[in-house]
Amino acid sequence: MRQRLARLSFAQLITLLALLVIFTVILILPLFALFSKAFLNSSGEFAGLANYVKYFSTPSLSSSILNTIDISLWSTVISVTLGFLYAYALTRTNIRCKPFFKYMALIPIFIPTIVHALGLVYVFGRQGIITRMGFEVALYGRVGIILSEIIFTFPQAFLMFLVALEFTDGRLYEAADSMGASGLTKFFKITLPEIKYTVVNVFFVCFTLAFTDFGAPKVIGGSFNVLATDIYKQIAGQFNMNMGAVVGTLLLLPAVLSFIVGRVVNSKNAGTVSAKSTKLVVGKSLKRDTFFFVFCSLITLFLLFLIACLFMGALSSYYPYDMSFTLRNFLFDNSSGGIKSYFNSLQMSILTAVFGTIFAFVYAYMMEKTSGFNTLRRYGKLLSVLPLALPGMVIGISFIFFFNSPSNPLNFIYGTVTILVVSNILHYFSVPFFTATGALKKLDSEYESVSESMNIPRWKTFLRVSVPLSLPAILEIFMYYFVNSMVTVSAVVFLYSAQFRIASISITHMEEAGNFAQAAAMSLLILLVNVCVRALYEFIVKMIKKRNNDDKTRQVKEST
Amino acid sequence: MSFLEIVQITKRFDRQTVLSDVSAQIEKGELVCVLGPSGCGKTTLLRIIAGLETATQGQIIIDEQDCTLLPARKRNFGIVFQSYALFPNMTVLENVAFGLKQKKQLSREEREERTVDILRLVDLLEHKDKYPRQLSGGQQQRTALARAIVLEPLYLLLDEPLSALDAKVRVKLRGEISALQKSLGITTVMVTHDQEEALTMADRIIVMNNAVVEQIGRPREIYDNPATPFVANFIGTMNFYDHQGNLFAIRPEKVELVGRTESYDMVARVKALEFKGALTRIYSTLMDKTEICVDIPSEVFDGEKLHEDALVFLRMPQEHLREYPLEKAV
Ligand SMILES: Nc1ncnc2c1ncn2[C@@H]1O[C@H](COP(=O)(O)OP(=O)(O)O)[C@@H](O)[C@H]1O
Ligand SMILES: [Mg+2]
Repeated sequence: MRQRLARLSFAQLITLLALLVIFTVILILPLFALFSKAFLNSSGEFAGLANYVKYFSTPSLSSSILNTIDISLWSTVISVTLGFLYAYALTRTNIRCKPFFKYMALIPIFIPTIVHALGLVYVFGRQGIITRMGFEVALYGRVGIILSEIIFTFPQAFLMFLVALEFTDGRLYEAADSMGASGLTKFFKITLPEIKYTVVNVFFVCFTLAFTDFGAPKVIGGSFNVLATDIYKQIAGQFNMNMGAVVGTLLLLPAVLSFIVGRVVNSKNAGTVSAKSTKLVVGKSLKRDTFFFVFCSLITLFLLFLIACLFMGALSSYYPYDMSFTLRNFLFDNSSGGIKSYFNSLQMSILTAVFGTIFAFVYAYMMEKTSGFNTLRRYGKLLSVLPLALPGMVIGISFIFFFNSPSNPLNFIYGTVTILVVSNILHYFSVPFFTATGALKKLDSEYESVSESMNIPRWKTFLRVSVPLSLPAILEIFMYYFVNSMVTVSAVVFLYSAQFRIASISITHMEEAGNFAQAAAMSLLILLVNVCVRALYEFIVKMIKKRNNDDKTRQVKEST
Repeated sequence: MSFLEIVQITKRFDRQTVLSDVSAQIEKGELVCVLGPSGCGKTTLLRIIAGLETATQGQIIIDEQDCTLLPARKRNFGIVFQSYALFPNMTVLENVAFGLKQKKQLSREEREERTVDILRLVDLLEHKDKYPRQLSGGQQQRTALARAIVLEPLYLLLDEPLSALDAKVRVKLRGEISALQKSLGITTVMVTHDQEEALTMADRIIVMNNAVVEQIGRPREIYDNPATPFVANFIGTMNFYDHQGNLFAIRPEKVELVGRTESYDMVARVKALEFKGALTRIYSTLMDKTEICVDIPSEVFDGEKLHEDALVFLRMPQEHLREYPLEKAV
């Protein structure tokens, strides 16, 4: 057999192996622990499907499945509709204030899902503003969960539709116009077929998010049980690890299903927009624009109203009885974590953002810009998409099973900030990985070849060329990790320790204790830092773009 | 032994054979062009010489050393890609100095001096603090060249270095690159699909088609004695015609127009005339519809006698005729 030229240097091979080992330890081994728990009985013997049989023959447990499907379906259908209309308004009409509407739609991303529920409590709860006006909604239970999940999934649906609707081939519409097609005909014959795959994708994304969400049902669900709260009760309440594992595996189902459907759909969805496509020119229509402007305004007003309620709750002495202004609520009782939990959250989010960004970017680099050892690489690609299918709850309980086992040499990270950071890095890995891969794909593949010809070590090319050129993507990843770590509840609810409480969990505890004012105050602090981080990100990216453009203008001036 | 030996290189991607048994020898100080149509495997061959790609079979021998399995970073060559691959976040100076920083045996002053010398050599000293996006295409190309030679590599590889430039700059840079290559005396392999570029710049040309080498030789040899119909057709214009079961070929400028009373070999009918400055090209067809082009000096062109549909009498001088086996026809 012929010897092969070693394309991967020793250092690169070590890096690749290290990344794969880390990933395997934090993803594959915990999942393995989860699945084995589901098939063992409480004394650790193999139980086959006994746990599942028991689960499905206990009506109080198995009814949760139907409940979960029920709320997920309702919230998804409504969210997909609203998200589509909102994105349509921003891309296919001439309404004013588009940037404003765009940023307003992102509000829910910056606060934990429990806070959506909290806002709803202020609006529709027993002492809610609307309730006090004599308009009663049975908030606690099914309706409240559905409303919360709509708020939670709406920005995701909106963003995905926005991308899909922005890229279109204006020529199709011109052709239709020349044939005298009506607006409605164009909508059903061109717009819908163009985005039908996006609709499927959005549907599954929203469905999975709602299906696996823990925050809203926990706070507002009352006695309406869903899978995510069941897991929590099994694990944290009854210490029934095996039943918790069973529910955990059930929680994987929609993600796995959507993963398969997504694969099929995306393989068919080869880009129809070619280089020859022209930009769509939006025609004039006062009726249409008025309708969509009112629609966007209503949504925005509702979201702003929720935030306003948080302000009102946080800044008044004792809502609704004593509405005098106070900042006392920001002093927080120590019983639920206090201000310390906020700083803990900041610390955890910064650590997650720093290490997550490094991990995701280096990982994408190794996959995208090196070659050789194709089997290892294929395994690496597989690992990189798996977190997409993993709900936070599942990560949380598999981490308990794996890291809390006394025989695990990594047991020492249990109960520390490290395990929180690791779970966040894993939980939110896929989007940063895709962002990094996309940015690296845009870089000339010959940068590495040129460096190699000059005998420049790979790490130097990486640091001096790939990293600076991918800076906008790196910042985006950093921001994504930070914001999500600030708001996440699901994975970390199993992993935080009494010594290291975090803000999103504290809010849950404050709400449980009926301390809505402090919960609202803490939510505002989270919102504040997230909006600042986002604004900082937008500012830096703008500066980078501006600098590049300035250089170009200078060149044009010089050459004329 | 030659400086660079390409020994029976074969390269397959999956099932597709991109290079099939390619051999060539390149002497020290030579500028050799690899010429062929797009997709024939030129870039792949260059990358194998560089060590950026592995050959499926065959050997690369550089300076009497078997380098087949030597990784690129140990081969000591300079390379310029079609895209130039200049680092956009570094100035001209930083781009050129980037590789030098690795040379720890040089002092800081020596490195700076070397960078400035090279920049002066390619006439970019005044632009040294600009970023690539602020440069014209030709300046970018020269920056890439400077970066490739600053480490004084053993050999230089150029992949279509001029194809991204507009025609005027291209012609100017052809001369500059050749002059630079000669003054440095650096062995150079340049890939191109432009026959004119190859003819004007190369000491020798390797003509490739469909993964195989068709011919290797000096530009003049290849033009005058193309080994295959492909080469004949790819480099310059060539008339082919079938005569008594043999395939004959002749360059347009070698065909002579004669009067009907003189001895002629062929009769053809004029289809079109094209004034090309010094020469005028006559497109004509034989009785069997074979197309024959004839180039005549414009000053002897007689508009009275030569017009569309006129009959012309052609003489094909024996000494300029080439004969090929018929099955190789293109
Ligand atoms: N990495 C690769 N994988 C698969 N096929 C390749 C790869 N690189 C080149 N090819 C194929 O090899 C053939 C020759 O490519 P190339 O050497 O780039 O040709 P040229 O430079 O002469 O245009 C093309 O058909 C191309 O598609
Ligand atoms: Mg090429």
